[in-house]
Amino acid sequence: MIAFLIKRIGSAILVMLAVAFLAFLIFAVAGDPVEMMVNEQATQADRDALRERLGLDQPFLVQYATFVMNAAQGEFGISYQTQRDVMSLIASRLPATLELVFIASMLSLLIGVPLGVITAIHRGKWFSEGLQFLSIFGVSLPSFVIAIMLILVFSVMLGWAPGFGRGETVQIGWWSTGLLTASGRNAIILPAIALALYEITLVMRIVRAEMLEVLRSDFVKFARARGVPRRIVHYRHALRNCLMPVATLTAMNFGTLIAFALVTETVFQWPGMGLLFIQAVLSLDFPIMAAYLVITSAIFVTLNTLVDIIYAVIDPRLRQEKI
Amino acid sequence: MTTLRKTLLCSVALGFLAGSASAEILRWGAARDIVSLDPYSYGDSFTIGFLDHVYDGLVRYNEEFEIVPALATEWEIVDETTWRFTLRDGVTFHNGAPLTAEDVLASLERVSHPNSPLRGNLPAYQSAEIIDDLTIEMTVDANYPLLLNDLTNIHIFNAQWLTDNDALEPTDVGAGIEGFPTFNANGTGPFRVVEWVPDSNVTLEVNEDWWDEARHNLTGIEFTPISSAATRVAALLSGSIDFTENAPLQDLARLEASPDVDPVVTQDLRTVMFGFNRRDTLSEGQENMFNDLRVRQAFAHAIDAESIRDVIMQGNSRVTGALVAPEIPGYTDEMGEPRAFDPETASALLEDAGATGFSFTLNCMNNGYVNEEELCNAVVPMLNRVGFDVTLDIAERAQQTPKRTSGSADMWSFGWANLPMLDSYSILVQVLHSNEGNAGVFNWGGWSYPEIDALIQSAAVELDFDTRIAMQTEALQIARDELIFAPLHEQPMAWAASSRVVDILQQGDNKPRHWTTRLAD
Repeated sequence: MIAFLIKRIGSAILVMLAVAFLAFLIFAVAGDPVEMMVNEQATQADRDALRERLGLDQPFLVQYATFVMNAAQGEFGISYQTQRDVMSLIASRLPATLELVFIASMLSLLIGVPLGVITAIHRGKWFSEGLQFLSIFGVSLPSFVIAIMLILVFSVMLGWAPGFGRGETVQIGWWSTGLLTASGRNAIILPAIALALYEITLVMRIVRAEMLEVLRSDFVKFARARGVPRRIVHYRHALRNCLMPVATLTAMNFGTLIAFALVTETVFQWPGMGLLFIQAVLSLDFPIMAAYLVITSAIFVTLNTLVDIIYAVIDPRLRQEKI
Repeated sequence: MTTLRKTLLCSVALGFLAGSASAEILRWGAARDIVSLDPYSYGDSFTIGFLDHVYDGLVRYNEEFEIVPALATEWEIVDETTWRFTLRDGVTFHNGAPLTAEDVLASLERVSHPNSPLRGNLPAYQSAEIIDDLTIEMTVDANYPLLLNDLTNIHIFNAQWLTDNDALEPTDVGAGIEGFPTFNANGTGPFRVVEWVPDSNVTLEVNEDWWDEARHNLTGIEFTPISSAATRVAALLSGSIDFTENAPLQDLARLEASPDVDPVVTQDLRTVMFGFNRRDTLSEGQENMFNDLRVRQAFAHAIDAESIRDVIMQGNSRVTGALVAPEIPGYTDEMGEPRAFDPETASALLEDAGATGFSFTLNCMNNGYVNEEELCNAVVPMLNRVGFDVTLDIAERAQQTPKRTSGSADMWSFGWANLPMLDSYSILVQVLHSNEGNAGVFNWGGWSYPEIDALIQSAAVELDFDTRIAMQTEALQIARDELIFAPLHEQPMAWAASSRVVDILQQGDNKPRHWTTRLAD
């Protein structure tokens, strides 16, 4: 297990180095942040001096090496645009994104799993075919379209939930949460649904496919033959055997959702990391872009590792093989 | 857990308070967040315009863009390099400290520090000397005429506050250390900052001790950035915000149709035009036909600016032949006369010059000027129709700027508002002057007109307003006749306000001035 972890940490560092390298390759052709920083009245000499102070006149390999050295000491510098410390900037945005992604993941499980089971058990019935049909919309509609539609219906027409922002937040240490206030809970509903819709349909389709498979297997038939009630067979025995791929999907997609949240956060003005990143890209704020990419890749690698560990917990067979 | 519960109760209580007082709180939904509370941190006119609510300058513009006293009540020119300013008595900062010459000195030193990205806003400043508590003398470049214009944009900090917080020098991004004024503000302005949560909200409350008589009836401003245009419009329609300084043109009709929202539309000071590369060869190595005046004239006659106004700008732009807006000193009606849309003449001119089929790339941005993407897509077929062969290169500003500054763009979209100076000297020295020394930073085409340069250099040291403006007009007229740029229009500027807002001042510099805004009682 320890060897496994060391191997994983080693590969995580390699991935992050590679991501940072790619990021700096992009920076080299992305444009000139100095032109975004000074205003129209600045002279050429002022512009050159600023470029030099930022080290942007250096070849990109040197810039990359400097970044890696600083990053290794936990120094990501300060943002060109907002002049705030990049690490604390990202840390202050992380809770908003994680809460949004967490709620979206929960929604996808709480709605997706039962729907999947229902459509599998009642295969061929009109409502299960209808749900199947609707799920195509969930998979194929771009999330910003869904987001705008949700805002139009629930915010403009019905006025049930706010169309932007995070509502009131409560500070617990460095973590800011919107889940403890009414306005915060109200504000998270629309963005979470917009973000979760794709995932809900995905979970539903996977659970359905797995259920259909399991329902055909011998142990289900024997259980039914022994007179175990239908409900217990479906929800205790059959469903449990379907959850492996769902767990994998949910954990892996947690990272994808963080990436997808970029769009949702922009539409809903959700003050998370995605919004921060988009704005950094538009103003060529290299310190934020580099740190965001490295940290996101770290999250992806961590999730992958966790999934491997959880496999062993859920599936006893994998545990026994290890012994 | 008790602390948590207390915090909860507090925030709930605050919520109620905010709710009950909201009758006089202006909810401002902006297209973007401010970048910092420090006005000397980043060349961003939106942030500086927002911070006008918190900080004051020595002088400011009135509704007619005339310079009037603010923190300085009077000034005189002592000799050709010295200006003496008398400060307003009895002004206090938000922390209670009185305004003195000490504060002005510290602010001037801070903005003109070598590390300040905004030192270009005060180019002529050399040094300053305190005469007494309320008098300060500034030493500037000899006979510099635009000091007051520059000072409208220089916010005054409290010296003691800067000293206490180790912020006398501007934040150096290169050093990677945060500065205190980035998160905190202490000005003399009409509002004080209560809270700033980046990308979420800025809360301002009224400063009851403001030195000027308040025209507004606000008790505060709740500023919320909403970057997605559709969400912003939805927020206006649902009544979650009262005001936005950026209403999408294509949604104006919809906003107009709503009983609770009124669009407020005028023209920006920003003139949008097209610039020509004037080097011998263009990016693909072809001969540069733009050096022939007839080709530039053909370009100008090929563009149907009125259709662009009616279709792409929804009738809200102002077609022009001049390089500056009418509000800018130096403009004359003669130069404002647009060139006629005349494709036949354009074709003939092009044929005359032997340039039919002349191919080049047009460099446009998709987030630079109002509806720029549609604009550039419309211009290309207009040009091809008269015999040009145009390829469109369109991308984010960040990607296009390096191509432009390096001189590798053949032709580019360009906008210049002459802000913050509000004088045509700005475009003359920064854009039209030959690229040499500190002048011509935006001369991306490499043109050089010695007679224009000479006029600019004389204007730069001419203290008599009328004489100086006459020189600048002459230079602008040459630039127009020579078609250094092909001017298109002053772009539209669309705000929108809910019916709660009964009085709002809109000026061409696109800066909301909410210290003049009134809400219905």
